[in-house]
Amino acid sequence: MAADVDGVNGGSAGDQAPITARHPGESVRRWSNGSRVPGWDDAADLSKPPAGVPDAATTPVPADLRAEIEDYMARYPDHRSAAIPALRAAQERHGWCSPEAIDQVAAVMRLTPGYLVAVASFYDMLELQPVGRRSVYVCTNISCSLCGADELYARLEEELGEDPGVNLRHFECLGACDIAPMASVDGVYVGPIEPGEIAELAEQIRTGAAPLPAKQLLDRKSADPGAAPR
Amino acid sequence: MTGAILFADIDEPGLATLDVYRRRGGYGPRLLKALQMPREALVEELKASGLRGRGGAGFSMGTKASFMPKGQIDKYLVCNADESEPGTFKDRELMQKSPHMLLEGMIIAAYAAGANRSFIYIRGEYAQQAVIVERAIAEAKAAGLIGERILGTDFSLELWLHRGAGAYICGEETGLLDSLEGKRGNPRLKPPFPANQGLYQGPTLINHVETLATIPHIVEMGAQEYAAIGVQNSTGTKLVSISGHVRRPGNYEIELGTPARELIYGLAGGPGEGRTVKLWFPGGSSSPVLTGDDLDVSYDFDSLAKAGTMLGSGAIIVADDTTSVVDVALKTAQFYKHESCGKCTPCREGTNWTVKMLERVKSGEATPMDLDIMASVCENIIGHCLCVLGDAMAMPVGSMIKKFRGEFEAYIEQARAANPWGSGHAPVEALEAQGALA
Repeated sequence: MAADVDGVNGGSAGDQAPITARHPGESVRRWSNGSRVPGWDDAADLSKPPAGVPDAATTPVPADLRAEIEDYMARYPDHRSAAIPALRAAQERHGWCSPEAIDQVAAVMRLTPGYLVAVASFYDMLELQPVGRRSVYVCTNISCSLCGADELYARLEEELGEDPGVNLRHFECLGACDIAPMASVDGVYVGPIEPGEIAELAEQIRTGAAPLPAKQLLDRKSADPGAAPR
Repeated sequence: MTGAILFADIDEPGLATLDVYRRRGGYGPRLLKALQMPREALVEELKASGLRGRGGAGFSMGTKASFMPKGQIDKYLVCNADESEPGTFKDRELMQKSPHMLLEGMIIAAYAAGANRSFIYIRGEYAQQAVIVERAIAEAKAAGLIGERILGTDFSLELWLHRGAGAYICGEETGLLDSLEGKRGNPRLKPPFPANQGLYQGPTLINHVETLATIPHIVEMGAQEYAAIGVQNSTGTKLVSISGHVRRPGNYEIELGTPARELIYGLAGGPGEGRTVKLWFPGGSSSPVLTGDDLDVSYDFDSLAKAGTMLGSGAIIVADDTTSVVDVALKTAQFYKHESCGKCTPCREGTNWTVKMLERVKSGEATPMDLDIMASVCENIIGHCLCVLGDAMAMPVGSMIKKFRGEFEAYIEQARAANPWGSGHAPVEALEAQGALA
């Protein structure tokens, strides 16, 4: 797990030309006194044309990623519709939508990187910053917070500390208010999470084990009394 | 209750597979009957059933289908499975346990609309459900239920699952279309409505998971029998998601027109021992709140509209008397601030400033005048944007300020007494009096 993350971070910084334009998703860096770190507002070089469609000959794309993106593109009358699935596919391989990942998608889809960054920056599940490989979303919307989701988030944050392999974040309503308070660990919904289970869950997240097997949503029966199987 | 329709076999093991679904009557004579009916007759049948869209707006499904232009053009059917309204989780259960019911409904709806291409736009967070629906689509395709010349008729349909990537606004129909076209999910100006210019500028019928899943049952029962369930103008059954401070949160299938008290106390068990209902959202966090005094309202489209709120997505969120209304208002406003796409100024700025004012209320820097400003901000959002996201914040927050104004004012006073200087600096005299400068 840790090796993966190092590979991602090292890869994007090491074997690529330095990126001159600031990354769009980046927030302004500040000194501890609040003033902005010099260089935060360096303008993009407007004398150069914006990046065009990457040259397929000089942009290596893994064969499986190319095949997956081309499969998506074939499903729609307009191939641009595949932008979100393609970005997700690239993100799965790179850990985040790194400039390299964006270039690979752009090369296959024949779009500019700018178009794809614009799309990726709109969606919460597409990451424009390096993040941990294991995504943990805690729903802190109304229903869940009425049932103690804020405490759950605080406890999880404390338990997981600064684990670089984990991407812990608040999320909009995840559509599982019946198991509030809940969390989604790499897409697996678990809940209701009792305070006593948080340490166990944190350990499972760290080690990559299945989260709280007894509390997974897919095994849950319907609450409706009329829904009993005949 | 005449018996469950959508949830009749929902906990049947293996209902998500084609075999079990077929054994339960799926893809049976009703599908062939629908595909052999003339299109106009099928649309008339849907109209006569009185089925209203289950996504939030409550527009007649048959009427919407009848807006689709005739003729040989590329038409589309899109299923809106981007269920993001806080408090709503019924489509998740439906897709997870009975995906074929949705697919069968989509085949019939596509036939009624004359669409040959269809997409299911499922929210990105539903990863497990996407796998289940994907598997069901593959099964249906292998069985010849989706594809060329379905069941020997001359109707063909292409269907793909499209996963979103986490944006509430993509549940708005035109935002969803932009997202499906591979763009940022910004809502479009209406008109033109999607039935005229939707996906790829072609006529598009957009419907919700629950609406589409109901269609096979309407065909089987007949419009008259379906319309007999429920009350006038709100026919049929509805899945309601009850959550928050209740003992048995979950999805329940109810007949429209059931009193709300029966839902909250009868089905969901009501709030815990010794607690009472303080406020409840009748249709997701976008609907104006009702209080514990309104529990006897009949749960249907028209009665709730008369009570000054809406049925919305059918998500009941209950908060008991231990809840601070300021916290609920702040949570609601923060959510809409985060999810505003930023296209229209009233929504982008209005949600942002409402959050700032509510934070001032919490930190003790507000005055009762802030409540009036918030109310006027809410008034100025409603009806002034391309879509209803801003309204969806303004309506509940506005209703909370109106109904719980006394509590807001008391909170402001208390917070100010606890933090008399706010974030500013206390004058030297005050610090001296506290002995802080000694």
